[in-house]
Amino acid sequence: MSDDTEVAIRRTSNRPAAVVVRQRSQAELVLRRFLRHKAAVISLVLFVGVILLAFVGGALWRYDYADITSAPSVPPSFEHPFGTDNLGHDTFAQVLRGTQRSIEIALLIAFLAGLVGTLWGAFSGYYRGITDSVMMRFVDLVLTLPLLAVAAVLTRATSGSWWFVALVIAALQWAYVARVVRGVVLSLREKEYIEASRALGATDRWIIFRHVIPNALGPIIVNVTILVAAAILVETALSFLGLGVQPPDTSLGLLVSEAGTAVSTRPWLFYFPGVFIVVIALTINFIGDGLRDAFDPTQRKVRA
Amino acid sequence: MTGRETVLEVEDLTVSFPTEDGLVRAVRGVSYDLRQGEVLGIVGESGSGKSVTSMAVMGLLPGSAKVGGSVRFRGRELIGAPDKEMRSIRGGRIAMVFQDPMTSLNPVYPVGDQIAEAVRAHNDVSAAAARERAVELLAMMQIPRPRERARDYPHEFSGGMRQRVVIATAMANDPDVIIADEPTTALDVTVQAQVLRALETARAATDAAMVLITHDLGVVAGTADRVLVMYAGRPVELGSVDDIYYEPRMPYTLGLIGSLPRLDNARRGDRLIPITGSPPSLLELPPGCPFAPRCPMRQENCETAEPELLAASTADHLAACHFSADLEGRRPEDVFAQTSVDNAGGAR
Repeated sequence: MSDDTEVAIRRTSNRPAAVVVRQRSQAELVLRRFLRHKAAVISLVLFVGVILLAFVGGALWRYDYADITSAPSVPPSFEHPFGTDNLGHDTFAQVLRGTQRSIEIALLIAFLAGLVGTLWGAFSGYYRGITDSVMMRFVDLVLTLPLLAVAAVLTRATSGSWWFVALVIAALQWAYVARVVRGVVLSLREKEYIEASRALGATDRWIIFRHVIPNALGPIIVNVTILVAAAILVETALSFLGLGVQPPDTSLGLLVSEAGTAVSTRPWLFYFPGVFIVVIALTINFIGDGLRDAFDPTQRKVRA
Repeated sequence: MTGRETVLEVEDLTVSFPTEDGLVRAVRGVSYDLRQGEVLGIVGESGSGKSVTSMAVMGLLPGSAKVGGSVRFRGRELIGAPDKEMRSIRGGRIAMVFQDPMTSLNPVYPVGDQIAEAVRAHNDVSAAAARERAVELLAMMQIPRPRERARDYPHEFSGGMRQRVVIATAMANDPDVIIADEPTTALDVTVQAQVLRALETARAATDAAMVLITHDLGVVAGTADRVLVMYAGRPVELGSVDDIYYEPRMPYTLGLIGSLPRLDNARRGDRLIPITGSPPSLLELPPGCPFAPRCPMRQENCETAEPELLAASTADHLAACHFSADLEGRRPEDVFAQTSVDNAGGAR
């Protein structure tokens, strides 16, 4: 933080002399450090662009993803920027729709897994002892469950709507968040302000929700961001194997899977959704990287 | 001070921690009374059991600690009291000021909110009223522009100001007892006086009794009414400030006073007189007086029988030394003279 001090002092020089030197607020520091991470900033712009394209563009585009046009199997053209498949579906419309679904699924997974993982980890780390042992052994158990096998059983047994796929993935991914949060909480619980809060007569639940979790927010946000990227890839993998989103609905994974046989004859069907998967996963990873640096107060180096 | 109601009675308090190496007996029988409005200073070096004693009073020790004896707050037994009852006493009736104001405030909330939180934990008041009270408390603690400063975060305050915020939090519920655990240790000498004044303001405003834990004898001299000196988990001397400073009856106390730099009656060329050695391990205390290995006055029975805390110069002045009567009128340099010569070459 030392390189911020000079700026911080300059900022305060026109304030009344009686005021102590003002440091930057936590949020300002985080934002500043994030903005210094160029890859993360570019990724954020790109990611927001993809979201806008998928949700706004998808609604405005002249074809719906389910429309069957009169021109099957045409390569990219002005009329069909990403071409069409053998039934005449406009690939651009389908990719936009698939992107919507994939992002929705990923965000739902991140939200659910983040929420459950945070609470689980916070309680486990805060109470320690036998509670911790039992809760963490359960986490270990969840971590050993093979995702593909569980997903195969559960999605086959049900309709396979997109939110159910998200639910299944979240049910297996929260354990990673729980582990990280527990580790952070184990050190946070020894902080003096936790002790001070206890000395003020606060209940355990109050301390966990008001003092422990807010202070663990940095690592939590970072992990959830990384989880979003992982979730996109897992959803893609599941859909590719036919265990995720079921037709007629579509997702990026499903599109790649359906086009798998046509790579050499109609490559546009395969490469366009593939590029979207790579772009989304990559940008979110970079954003997570930038957030991790931003929330780490020991990070001082300017990143390229 | 005499004649006022006793608010806190600690009787034969013992605390031990089971460890892999054996039982660590951190506190071995501490007793004291605290009357309303009184300031009791507890002094002793690191590991003498000062902090553990007060944590036991607050019921804040980890579950593994074994606590014995009795702590009565206005007649209510606190040792073994149900958690719910303890919570209402903690922060409400007995408040605590921690050592390090850098870490005892939560970095993610404005200080006003944190004081308001203390108010609301024990009173059924609206958020707005609690915040109003927080501003009032900050003003009492001499924080300039309290209304604006209440919205600032802990890192926007200096160490001394932060400690005053912590004190404001402690007095938020008009407690009967304030326990200040080394409140000035983490601060610059220049702001120590300021913080001590703030503590005195808080004590006077609430008419609370105060336990001031410190290893700084200078702090105690200026603030406390009575002093309890601890060594190796036991009180070794208890008396009024004057008793302790002018008529110490325990060689350890005498040594502490001798090792204190003084500006008032110092002569040129005076050296500070150190107490050689270090405190014993609390794991395997030898029989006899725990101070004996470092004591220049030790005799044979010091190593076999641990002295009781008995009346020394007056009935209210207690000391735990077989030879406390011999210490009458002796000065630190007389008793510790030998060791000071030994160390003269290497001394600072």
